Amino acid sequence: MSLLAVLASDVNVAQNVGFYVIAAIMLFAAFSVVSTSDVVHAALWLVVVLGGVAAQYILAAAEFVAVSQVMVYIGAVMVLFLFGIMLTRSMIGSDTDVNNKGWGIGIPVALLMFGVLAYSVIDAFDNTVLVDRSEVQIASTTTAISDGYLGDYLVPLIALSFVLLAAAVGAIVLARKD
Amino acid sequence: MIQLAVEIPYWGQSLLRVLGGLVAVLLPAGTIVYVFLFKMMSFMQSRLGPMEAGPYGSMQLLAEVSKWLQKEDIIPENADAKIFKIAPIIVLASTFLLVVVVPFGPDAWFTDFQAGVFYALAIGSVSVIGILIAGWSSANKYSYLGGLRAAGQLIAYELPMVLAVVGVVIQAGSMNLQQIVVAQNTQEIFGLDWIGLPFVLTQFVGFLIFMIAVQAELTQAPFDMPIAESELVSGYMTEYSGFRFLIFFIGEFATAGVFAFIASILFLGGWGVPFSWFGWESLDQVENWMNVVGPLIMLSKMMLLVGIIMWVRFSYPRFREDQLQRFAWKVLIPVSLANIAITAILKVAV
Repeated sequence: MSLLAVLASDVNVAQNVGFYVIAAIMLFAAFSVVSTSDVVHAALWLVVVLGGVAAQYILAAAEFVAVSQVMVYIGAVMVLFLFGIMLTRSMIGSDTDVNNKGWGIGIPVALLMFGVLAYSVIDAFDNTVLVDRSEVQIASTTTAISDGYLGDYLVPLIALSFVLLAAAVGAIVLARKD
Repeated sequence: MIQLAVEIPYWGQSLLRVLGGLVAVLLPAGTIVYVFLFKMMSFMQSRLGPMEAGPYGSMQLLAEVSKWLQKEDIIPENADAKIFKIAPIIVLASTFLLVVVVPFGPDAWFTDFQAGVFYALAIGSVSVIGILIAGWSSANKYSYLGGLRAAGQLIAYELPMVLAVVGVVIQAGSMNLQQIVVAQNTQEIFGLDWIGLPFVLTQFVGFLIFMIAVQAELTQAPFDMPIAESELVSGYMTEYSGFRFLIFFIGEFATAGVFAFIASILFLGGWGVPFSWFGWESLDQVENWMNVVGPLIMLSKMMLLVGIIMWVRFSYPRFREDQLQRFAWKVLIPVSLANIAITAILKVAV
């Protein structure tokens, strides 16, 4: 589809504009994560990226996933990141040794990952246009998720929680000296 | 449902919602500071409190605010200026985002979020980042220790809070705060249909855990180690002055108000009265005047709960850091897990 055709089409214009604005912010923040020389700043830029992901989920009307994203990644993972960074390297100002010598290898790896993701998304959905869901359908997504994991996916859920429990117990065993 | 004479355009509705949000956050905050921090604390300490500005010192808060706004905005020389400036805004913004899901009446809500409770708990955990980076960016050992203590405390008490809410969600069968209100006002207990079923009756353990966790999340005494004025000057707020301190100050009491709103919805029946009083069957039949009476009911329940929080704050001395952590991990979390298990069994069995 050409650019003009995209501009002239009338599929969810507000959502599309929102998507590109948020995506631009996320890209800028993601570049800042790897380019800043201060570890705490890098962690805070990562918060912006993860918040942007949550905003994209909201735009896609997946509010439960969006809230989980905020709770798990911003409320727990990033707080632990910041906590860890501040406990171990609490200096204010730039760290000169943040980038190591192997940073160049990251570029082809990132490109490869992008290629795989882009290929799989295009391969799976191709030209499928998602239907505009009704208010009722959007409102029942949370119920659908809970029905899913307490119904068809109950066994995988329990298996996964055992893996996580084992990981937590293992971490405690490794961390405790006595 | 709502019948308005004029059709309000979308931008008008959005503007009204923003104004409503400001009122719903700032009005309780001001009331809490005057009634509890100025007057109740003075009463408990056998003094009068502010008496000069306005009748019974009721204009004192305006005087304080204008004093803070006029003060110089000082940023320490070694501080990380950008982050130092952003930190209080993150804390206050999380409070404003929190009020978005609180329903104040049958139609008086900002957004009808399906995962409402979950959203409130998730957004409540965002303010930790603001506090943590406030302590870090001040370039001050006291601030830094305060920030770390705050983070450790808020992470520890986040869990019992989430787990205490699960009992309510199981009983109401919904995470939508509006549906939780409706559930409490349409169900009944012991055949007494005139009191409805406020979940404080069946979820009393959950209510206690939730209120203790709220006390800790708000860093009110006896959980005020992050501020601990006798050890850490004033913790993560040490270097803040002027309007940035004011933002932290408003944030503290506004968050107290919003958490009390959420607690009153989860456990005390929210804005509603038992629907059987007026013969309503469902949410659609609730009369329009509840949109005016509902916020007043919410406000009085909020004042009651904040009154309890403040009463505890002014009465008890501070915990020690290790006692605080032990209390969260070894008492509150096991008890709230047992509460979930028992609620789930009773839900299926009864």
